[in-house]
Amino acid sequence: MKVPLKWLKEYIDLTLPPAELAEKLTMAGIEAGGIEVIGERWDNVVVGEIVAVKPHPNADRLRLPTVDLGTEQQTVVCGAPNLRVGDKVAFARVGAELIDGHTGQLTRLKPAKIRGVESSGMVCSEKELGISDNHQEILVLPPDAPVGAPLAEYLGDVILDLEVTPNRADCLSIIGIAREVAALTGQSLHPPKVSYEESPPPIAEQVAIEIADPDLCPRYCASLITGVKIAESPQWMQRRLLACGMRPINNIVDITNYVMLELGQPLHAFDYEKIMGRKIIVRRAEEGEIIVSLDGVERTLSHDMLVIADEVRAVAIAGVMGGANSEVTEETTSILLEAASFNPASIHHTSRSLSLPSEASMRFERGIRPELTIPALKRATQLMAELAGGKVAQGVADVYPGRRKPKPIRLSAEKTKALLGVEFSLEQIVSTLTSLGFECQPASADEIQVTPPYWRGDIQQAVDLIEEVARIAGYDKIPTTMLSQPLPRQNPAPIIGLRQKIRNSLIGYGFQEVITYSLTSLEMLRKLRPEAQPLEPTPLRLANPMTADQEYLRPTLRANLLAILEANRRHEEDGIRLFELGKVYLVREGDLPDEPEVLCGLLSGTREEKSWHGDGSLLDFFDAKGVVEGLLAKLGVAASFEPSDDASFHPLKQAAIVIGDRRLGVVGELHPKVAAAFDISEPAYLFEIRVTDLLPFTLEHKMFQPIPRFPPTVRDIALIVDNGVSHQQVVDIIKGFSLVKQVTIFDVYSGKQVPEGKKSLAYRITYQSPTHTLTDEEVNKVQEQILRKLSQQLGATLRG
Amino acid sequence: MLPQLEELRSKALQELASIDDARELESWRVRYLGKKSKLTTILRSLATLPLEERRTVGARANELKTELENGLRQKEEALREAELAKGAKQETIDITLPGRPLPIGRLHPITQTLNEICEIFASMGFGIVEGPDVEWDYYNFEALNIPQEHPARDTMSTCWLEQQKSDKQAMLLRTHTTAVTARVIESMEPPIRVIEPGKVYRYEASDATHVPMFHQIDGVAVDKGITMADLKGTLYEFARRFFGEERKVRFRCDYFPFVEPGVEMAIECLVCNGRGCRVCGQSGWIEILGAGMTHPQVLERGGIDPEVYQSFAFGIGIERLPMLRYGIDDIRLFYSSDLRFLRQF
Repeated sequence: MKVPLKWLKEYIDLTLPPAELAEKLTMAGIEAGGIEVIGERWDNVVVGEIVAVKPHPNADRLRLPTVDLGTEQQTVVCGAPNLRVGDKVAFARVGAELIDGHTGQLTRLKPAKIRGVESSGMVCSEKELGISDNHQEILVLPPDAPVGAPLAEYLGDVILDLEVTPNRADCLSIIGIAREVAALTGQSLHPPKVSYEESPPPIAEQVAIEIADPDLCPRYCASLITGVKIAESPQWMQRRLLACGMRPINNIVDITNYVMLELGQPLHAFDYEKIMGRKIIVRRAEEGEIIVSLDGVERTLSHDMLVIADEVRAVAIAGVMGGANSEVTEETTSILLEAASFNPASIHHTSRSLSLPSEASMRFERGIRPELTIPALKRATQLMAELAGGKVAQGVADVYPGRRKPKPIRLSAEKTKALLGVEFSLEQIVSTLTSLGFECQPASADEIQVTPPYWRGDIQQAVDLIEEVARIAGYDKIPTTMLSQPLPRQNPAPIIGLRQKIRNSLIGYGFQEVITYSLTSLEMLRKLRPEAQPLEPTPLRLANPMTADQEYLRPTLRANLLAILEANRRHEEDGIRLFELGKVYLVREGDLPDEPEVLCGLLSGTREEKSWHGDGSLLDFFDAKGVVEGLLAKLGVAASFEPSDDASFHPLKQAAIVIGDRRLGVVGELHPKVAAAFDISEPAYLFEIRVTDLLPFTLEHKMFQPIPRFPPTVRDIALIVDNGVSHQQVVDIIKGFSLVKQVTIFDVYSGKQVPEGKKSLAYRITYQSPTHTLTDEEVNKVQEQILRKLSQQLGATLRG
Repeated sequence: MLPQLEELRSKALQELASIDDARELESWRVRYLGKKSKLTTILRSLATLPLEERRTVGARANELKTELENGLRQKEEALREAELAKGAKQETIDITLPGRPLPIGRLHPITQTLNEICEIFASMGFGIVEGPDVEWDYYNFEALNIPQEHPARDTMSTCWLEQQKSDKQAMLLRTHTTAVTARVIESMEPPIRVIEPGKVYRYEASDATHVPMFHQIDGVAVDKGITMADLKGTLYEFARRFFGEERKVRFRCDYFPFVEPGVEMAIECLVCNGRGCRVCGQSGWIEILGAGMTHPQVLERGGIDPEVYQSFAFGIGIERLPMLRYGIDDIRLFYSSDLRFLRQF
C-alpha cells in the first residue's frame, strides 16, 4: 500500500518527519518497505505561467516562451511543441538540478546561448523533473497551480510504501493508516465529511436488488447517479491515483478507485442503462457460465463463484472484476454504484481460480466489514455529484441479510499482565484502545467490556486486544525475562544422537558432507539403472512441479551424489569423498510417505592428495569397505558382508552390508554403465546404509569386557586354497575355536610358487585364555585341529 | 691396602677421562665396578681384615666406589649428549616441506548452523522434536489458523503432492516447521519446551535469495505462566549467543495467524551496523525470525486449555544466518555442493 503523505495529512495533523513516521508504523506492525520522495531535488524549480510565446529568430523548431514567475518574468529557449499562453508550467532557474533529457544524467542548469539567443532557465518536461520518461512535451500544471510557488511545495510529496499484513484489510486505505498514526502519535483524526443533495425519484423505484446467496454476500448497497458526464478526472485525483500505483481511466472509474484507496472499500460503477430489467441479482454463477471481464478476456465461471447479474446475464464477477457488458463508457450518463461485502474465502477462491488478482479482490479476501459499505458508497456518490455533474437519486439501496451484532470482549489489566509479563493499568489500556476507535465500557471493578470498531474485523478475542495495547505502547516496553518454570522432561529421539555420531565419524574419515534437494527427476533416477527398467515403485510426484528436474521426491540419495561428483570433477584433481545423510521418501498407500533416513557415501580418485609423499594410488573397493567397517565398529555394530546384486553396482564388486540377519546397505564399485550415464569417467565407490533400520542395533546394551590378564600367543600361518575359497570361509573356521582371540589376514598372493587356480592366504592368529598362560603344547594342539578342519572343509594346505 | 686403593683410583679415573664411546665405558664399568673387579674383591675381603684396618679400608673403599659410580654416571650423560648433538647435526630435515596430507572432512555449513542453534536452545532446556517433510494440509495450515482460502496461504507458495488421503485431505511439502509445532501441541502434554529443526519447501523459482528447499527451526514452550517477556528473553538470549553481545536486537509487531500478539525479531545489520545498506534494504535492520504468543485457538485445537496454559512459539530461517555471518550473497551456493564453497566452512 502506497501512502502519499500529502493525502494522509488531509485526515491527520502530521508533525513527525517521514522517517520517524515510517519507524513508528514499522514497530507497530505495518512495515515501511521504503520512503520515496518526489521533488527531493526541485530546489530551484517554481510554478510559472506562460504569458507569451515568440518564434526563435534562427531556428524553426525552437520558440521563446516568456514565463511569469510572480516576482519577475523570464524568456527562455524551448523546443517543446505544447507551449500555450496561459498554461502553468514548471520553471527551472539557473542552478536547478535536472535530469538531462538525452543522457539521463543529473546535471545542474547553467545559463546558455542556444542558436544565438540567451537562455537563463528552462521550462521542464516530466523527464527532466524525474516524474516520468516523457520528454516530448513540457509538463503542464493544473490551472490552480500558484504562480511563483516552489514546485516541491505544490507537486512534491513523500510516499511511504507500506507492507500491510493479511489481517489488516483496514490498513489498505489512507484513512486506516491515518487511524494508526492517530493512535501512535496522539494526533486527532479528521475523516472526510460527506454530504450531497438528492433528487427524486427514490432509488427504490429505479432499481431492485436481490441477494440469492447471502452466505457469500452479507450486504449489497447501491446508489444511482444520473446525468453524469464522463471525462478525465481532475489532476489532483489523477496524481494521487498514480502515486498509489493506479492508472487513471475516467472520472467515474477514478472516483471508485479513489474512494477504495481512501476508505478501503472496493466499489464498482455499472452503466445503469445496461442493467437489464433494472434489477441486480447477487447469485452463484451457473457452472460454465461465461462472462467477458473488463480486461476483455472471456472467463468461464463455476458454481462456487459469485456473480452480480441482472435479469438476463452476469454483469460482474463479484468482488473481482466488472463485466464488459455493463462497463462505463464515454456515452454513459447514469451510474449504478455498488458497495458490497463479500465472503473473503469465496473471493480468494475466485480470484485464484481465474488467476485474476485485483485491488478489489485483495481487499475483499482480507475481509471488508459490511458496515463500511454505506460510508464509502456515500463518499463516492458525493464525489460523482461534484466531479461528474450528476444528480443523485433519493436514498441508497441496501440489502443486508448478514447483519451481526458486534460481540463485546472482556479484558482486565490482570489478564494483560499475565500474557505480556508487564503491567499496564486499566486506564492505559482504555486510553490506547479508545485511540484506536474501540469502545470501552466498565464491566466490573477490574474488567472492561470492549467493542471493536467496525473496521477491525481482525479483533475477536482478548489476546487481540492485548496485542493492540502492546504494539501501540511498543514492544520495547515489554521486559526480557528467562523462562522460570521447571525444566520439562525431555525424551530425545535416539536417531538424533546416531546421526550426530555418523556425521562426526565420516568427517573424521575425511568426507565432506553435502545437502541436496529432496526433489529430483525420473531422468536422474533412471540413470541409476544400467538397463532400462520401470522404476518400481513409482516415486511420489508433485502435483505442481516448478521445474522438470524437481518433479519427484527422491527415493534414493545416490543420484544426487553422483551428479555432484561429476560437477566437482571439473575442478578437483585429488580424491573426492562425499556423504549425505538425509531422508528418502517412499510411497505408503493412503498415508504420508515413509521417510527413512539413509546414509550415502561416495569416494573416487586418488587415495592421497597429490604431494611429495603420495604414490598416487587410487581409492578402491576396500577403501569404501574400510569406511563402512570403521563406521560400524565405532557405532558398536557387528556387520558381515555378503554377495549382492544391486543393479547400480559393478556386478562382481559389491557387497551387501548385513547386520543381525538384515541387509541394511550395500558397498561397492559403481556400475560402469551407470558411471557413464552420469558422465563419470573414473571408478567410483559408493556405500549406502539405511540409518533408520540400523538404529535398533546401535542401541543394544553393551557390557564391559575385562582386560585379559594372561599373555597372548601369536602364530602366523600361510595357506594354499582354491581361488573360489573366500577369506570369510577361512576366518569363520578359525574363529570357531575357543582359544582363538583374533585372526588377521596379512597377505593375499597368487602367482609364482603358487599352483595355477590357487591362492595363498597368510593369517596371524592370536591365541589367548582368560584363565591361564597358554603353553606351546596347548597352542600347537589347537592349531593342528584348525589346520585339519581347514583341510577337510576347504581343501587348504599349509604353504611350505 | 690403602695405597692399593689409591693406585686403583688414579688409574680408574685416568682411564675414564679418556673414554669417548659407550662400549669402552661398559668395559671400564666391568673392570672397575663389576662383580669380578678389584674394588669388589677388596670390599668382599673386608671381613677377613682386623677390626681397625677393616674400618679405615672399608670406609675408603666405599668412598671410592661411590666416586667411581658418580664418574660413570657423569660419563654416560656426557656421552649421550655428545651422541644427540652429533645426531642432530646429521639428521636435518626441511621442516618447511608439507606434512603427510590427511583428507579433511567438514560438516555442511547448514548442519553446523543447525547444531549451533540446537545447542543454544538445549542450554535453555529445549529438547529436539522432528516431524515429516511431507505433511497433511491440516498440520501445515488448518491447525495453525490458516484455513482454506486464507490470504496467508498466498505468502507460502506450496508444493502439493499428487497422492491424497482417502478423505481427500491434501498432502504437501511442509512450508514451515511450524507444522511440527502443531503436531507437538497435539501429541505432547505440557509442560513443553522443544525446538523443531528441519527442511521446508516452497513453490518458488530459484534465484540469489530463493531456493525451493531450505531449513528452519521452530520452537514452542507451553506451561503455566509463560509470558511475552519470557519469549523476548529467550529470543534475546539466542541472538546474544549467536550474533554476539554487541549486536542490537529489535522486536516489532508482526502478523502470523498462529500467534497473538505476533512478533518479528530483527538484528542490526551485520554489513552496515545499522547505517543502512543494500543488504538490509536501507533499514539498518535484518529480520531474523517470527514469533509470538501461541494463539489460544491453536492450543485449543491441539487439546491444551488456553485458560490454564500459556505458550510462545517462534520460527527461525536458517540459511540467512550463515549468509549474514560469512557474507554469502547467493543462497543457491548451499545446494550447489561445490567443494570450493563447502571447504570454506
